[in-house]
Amino acid sequence: MEMVNRPYASAFEAYAVQHPEVLCLSADLTSSCEIDGFRDRHPDQFLSLGMAEQNMLSFAGGLGLAGFRPFLHSFGVFLYRRPYDQLMASIAYPRRRVRLMGFLPGVTTPGGMTHQAIEDISVMRTIPNMTVLEAGDATEVESIVAEADTVDGPVYCRILRGAVPRLFDTPLKIGQMRVLSEGDDVLVITAGITTEEAIRARGALSRAGVSVRHLHLNTLKPFDAAQIVEHAASVRHGVITLENHLVAGGIGSMVAEALAEAGLARRLIRLGLQDTYAHGGSRPYLMRHYGMDALSLVRAVERLTGQTTGIDEAALEGVRIDAVHSLVKAEAL
Amino acid sequence: MRNEKSTEAIAHAIRSRVFEHTIRNNGGYLSQACSAAEQLAFLYNEGLNLGPSTMPMIPPPFSGVPSADNPDYVTGAGYNGPFDAVHDRLFIAPAHYALVAYACLIEVGRMAPEGLEMFNKDGTSVEMIGAEHSPGMEVHNGTLGIGFSTAAGLAWGRKRLGHTGRVCVFMSDGEVQEGQTWEAVQAAAHHGIDNLWAIMDVNRQQCDGAMDDVMTVGDIATKLRDFGAVVAEVDAHDLSAMRAAAATPHTGRPLIVLAHSRPTQGMESLMSRFPRLHYVRFKSDEERARMNLEIAAELGIAPVKLEAH
Repeated sequence: MEMVNRPYASAFEAYAVQHPEVLCLSADLTSSCEIDGFRDRHPDQFLSLGMAEQNMLSFAGGLGLAGFRPFLHSFGVFLYRRPYDQLMASIAYPRRRVRLMGFLPGVTTPGGMTHQAIEDISVMRTIPNMTVLEAGDATEVESIVAEADTVDGPVYCRILRGAVPRLFDTPLKIGQMRVLSEGDDVLVITAGITTEEAIRARGALSRAGVSVRHLHLNTLKPFDAAQIVEHAASVRHGVITLENHLVAGGIGSMVAEALAEAGLARRLIRLGLQDTYAHGGSRPYLMRHYGMDALSLVRAVERLTGQTTGIDEAALEGVRIDAVHSLVKAEAL
Repeated sequence: MRNEKSTEAIAHAIRSRVFEHTIRNNGGYLSQACSAAEQLAFLYNEGLNLGPSTMPMIPPPFSGVPSADNPDYVTGAGYNGPFDAVHDRLFIAPAHYALVAYACLIEVGRMAPEGLEMFNKDGTSVEMIGAEHSPGMEVHNGTLGIGFSTAAGLAWGRKRLGHTGRVCVFMSDGEVQEGQTWEAVQAAAHHGIDNLWAIMDVNRQQCDGAMDDVMTVGDIATKLRDFGAVVAEVDAHDLSAMRAAAATPHTGRPLIVLAHSRPTQGMESLMSRFPRLHYVRFKSDEERARMNLEIAAELGIAPVKLEAH
């Protein structure tokens, strides 16, 4: 699997220098959000707002009012938890073209509760006028910059950083989910880092005779409920969602709502954080511990189909282990 | 625009209009008119460079919130004149001052008196807590502390665009209890945003009563200076002093004029309500009738004919 180092850094720089009305805002996590090189090379397009997210959100609303399109860079959690009211009043209500670039989604940080955005999808998707995107590989990280900037209104993006695998060869297009396999036993729906987990499980499941239909979502709002329902109707046993987020309010909830509103009776298993905070640790450890990894998906498939596959960890494709501290990201936080 | 009335006369008319409205409706933001009448009159009549209103004298009905399906959405900012490079922009940060701001719009000829009859009536844009679509409002400021941040962003952007028009915020002193205010001042100072200035109504009142009882804030001027602002302090009811304060040089930094006001200025009878002055609703018909007579006499106007309402 090809690994791409710091795909956001190069994609943002390439795009922003072509668009002077794009501004790069940072809240003291400049290298952590891969925009340190941009800061150094393009200081006129860079604004440091310090550790003051409430002001940054409203300030960005003012920049939007002046016709600029600010890209806000911080850890996802800092873009909505503390400045939620500012997000509403200064950005979402007036539909400012502010791009919220949220790094470290879910359990992709060893930082524990304070750093883990585990309810951001739930919060953001309920905000009127907000678009919510999530990048699942290096190609999507690269293409999310320009794609997000096409939105006439605010956008929240879950961004992956550091060494990111390349899974796809076509760019992210808003509203276009990816159909990664077209089986008819079970529908598996993933986004972000859980797509890689589902890919790890798919080969073994296929060898065990389970035919998986696998959808990768990159547009969480607007949510294409009709297409989800269509795919769900085409499988025999039911649907499994696997998400790097709480199952309440996230993809699991969205799929449940879609099925219920369409009156489509299909069993649904929602994998992800189950009404719990996570703690600090490596990504593979956390995904295993909280039932969000490939093997958890296999066990859920067995529950849904009523058949034992015999698949164990050894039968799955290898877990990709990122160094916690590396040249790509000196500090894991 | 040519000023047909003196700022003093406008301030007096704002108080009178808000008083009449409050008596008739048995409730209103009366003390805010007392403290802020000169400040808003000054801003609209001489302090700001505003073009003529672009909006109808009779405010249009509420036309929906901003959404992709509502492309014709407009804010109430047009009452403050056009958006262009040369004119100033104004944010009314404490949105509960809306009644006073609407009265001011009427007195400076930007809104018809009938507009105030729509105040807090269902389906109109003349909302009790000023919203984005309300006359004179450009952005939502309902939560205190947001206004100066948004203005700083707009001012930075306008500077980058080469606009000569400035950005002004009418603030309230309760906002210094919000951490965001300090974040905004330090950011504006750090980035040298000097096309930004504010007048803060320092009336030392907040919803629960007197600020010194609810939450002591100390010396606001010293704190603002420490966070990087240029500060001028004036008696809010002395227009000559306000003119001088607004002209304070502030190269490379934002200016904040602290307008020390009295929440009963011009209506001393209201002191019987102190410190519960945030929203004045009379407790009895007797109190309402007495205040009608006493305050009208202080303002030098005829009492409201209560039996007609």
